[in-house]
Amino acid sequence: MSTELIRLKDCVMTFDGETVLKSINLYINDKEFLTLLGPSGCGKTTTLRIIGGFEKPTSGDIFFDGKRVNDLPPYRRRVNTVFQKYALFPHLNVYENIAFGLRIAKQTESEIKSRVGAALELVGLTNFDKRRVTQMSGGQQQRVAIARAIVNQPEVLLLDEPLGALDLKMRKEMQVELKRIQRQVGITFIYVTHDQEEALTMSDTVAVMRGGVIEQIGTPVDIYNEPKNAFVADFIGESNILPGTMHKDFDVTFGGVRWVCVDKGFDTESPVDVVIRPEDIQLVSTDDSPIKGRVLSVTFKGVHYESTIEADGYNWLIHSTKAPNVGENVGLFLTPEDIHIMHKSAGEAKAEGGDSY
Amino acid sequence: MFAASFRLAFYATAICLLISYPIAYVVSRETPQVQSVFMVLLMVPMWINFLLRTYAWMSILENNGLLNKLLVLLGIGKVSIINTEAAVALGMVYNYLPFMLLPILTVLQKLDRSLLEASSDLGANGVRTFLRVVFPLSLPGVLSGVTMVFVPSVSTFVISKLLGGGKTLLLGDLIEMQFLGNAYNPYIGSAVSIVMMLIVLVCMFVMNKFGDGGEETSMF
Ligand SMILES: Nc1ncnc2c1ncn2[C@@H]1O[C@H](COP(=O)(O)OP(=O)(O)OP(=O)(O)O)[C@@H](O)[C@H]1O
Ligand SMILES: [Mg+2]
Repeated sequence: MSTELIRLKDCVMTFDGETVLKSINLYINDKEFLTLLGPSGCGKTTTLRIIGGFEKPTSGDIFFDGKRVNDLPPYRRRVNTVFQKYALFPHLNVYENIAFGLRIAKQTESEIKSRVGAALELVGLTNFDKRRVTQMSGGQQQRVAIARAIVNQPEVLLLDEPLGALDLKMRKEMQVELKRIQRQVGITFIYVTHDQEEALTMSDTVAVMRGGVIEQIGTPVDIYNEPKNAFVADFIGESNILPGTMHKDFDVTFGGVRWVCVDKGFDTESPVDVVIRPEDIQLVSTDDSPIKGRVLSVTFKGVHYESTIEADGYNWLIHSTKAPNVGENVGLFLTPEDIHIMHKSAGEAKAEGGDSY
Repeated sequence: MFAASFRLAFYATAICLLISYPIAYVVSRETPQVQSVFMVLLMVPMWINFLLRTYAWMSILENNGLLNKLLVLLGIGKVSIINTEAAVALGMVYNYLPFMLLPILTVLQKLDRSLLEASSDLGANGVRTFLRVVFPLSLPGVLSGVTMVFVPSVSTFVISKLLGGGKTLLLGDLIEMQFLGNAYNPYIGSAVSIVMMLIVLVCMFVMNKFGDGGEETSMF
């Protein structure tokens, strides 16, 4: 097991009486790739700013290597940041923006030249070194921001939606590049995104946040396969979430049908949320399924078709490679493994910080 | 005379800059409330007529004026400052200080805080952030302040007349004499005016070049 590098302990953040972070507990291991994932306004940037030293938690502590660093200014932390709004220096050209940290660190001119050159190449802006940053597109500026942080080879890199302004192809390429650097140089990444696919493909650990609370933290596979509640399940991938009743272990009713499932440990006859992934549902003929529905719409999504099927008052979302016809009557087929039972998430879900992995 | 005018204007501008920048820097980091109180305090004296304020300085700097009374009281002894170049420079600094302060304050207020965070993030402490980020970004304000102090200073004639007692003759005084004074000669007056204007224009042009054509400096 790798060693712990950063720990947030009971961090609360309040702005003008409004609580934005409610007791964040989190630890980050050395060389780990941790992603904070959550909807807009859930406190991802604020958490990152506490780690970077731009904000002091209203209460709670932050530790680096076991030492409390609440009062350590950003310039004395071994951390660099790719800011959500880039924050490039408008009076400097691309080269000087990237060289800024190296000059502060009093590197030699030849060292600066080779490292800035490598960073420019990494982000695909090799011939832009003389360009003023104010004369660049949003995506180009974002890449300069990445280069400016990464060129310093910090121990920890904070990235606040670093690929948000890039097109899909460029984003995929940069995802691979960032991951490669993280492994090669051995940097600890704390990454913010609200793109769940990005979070799942890149991270060692994902922390799903909502309203200033970490709802769940774990490996991408755990989070995807065992979401703790309907919010996580829905956020991590489009889902069908139905109300249901858990009668006893392996026995549940939802959608007007009684099913066998693989979950247990719930109170008898307790209300639950049932989550079913759109890609787990198979379309069959009406005779082969207890759930019969009518196709409302079909949309081509590239890799698959997305259809909405109305059955028993609920609109099911289904991903399939074959397209049903609109208006057609179909049956929905589920195996016990496709059924995920969750406790009702009436805001009761407590984040257990880093303890769950 | 040309030399005296430009020398005094230069001193006045430099002193204005040295006083204004630290004040503007400190004020720009205060809360909006403190900033607006400061603005009012800065503006109130400007509502009094320029001539009246200069006359006031005359009586303060007189040999038996307020300043000397204070110095005697403190046991330092009298100084004779009225009717010297120092008095003229002081008058210029006093009158034109707000023209330096306001543009610098404005750019510092508009400075994007996230740039200071970025600088700190990249390892720069307060001093280095100031030298590498704050000051370069405030240059347009400095340049327009310099322009707005230097140009009126170089052409003033009231300040030098009242506080310089006619001993320090500046270009402005010379021009005034050709039109309104004893040495009535509009031709020489016009010629000197044009020459002065050209010199000022060249100065401004050179400064604007330094300012890299920032929008605030393009006064012309
Ligand atoms: N300086 C501040 N003063 C007051 N409120 C703030 C401040 N910074 C953030 N907030 C509030 O804190 C909450 C969380 O903000 P934060 O920037 O951390 O969200 P986020 O998760 O990064 O969202 P996004 O994905 O949109 O960037 C928001 O409701 C925001 O309005
Ligand atoms: Mg954010």
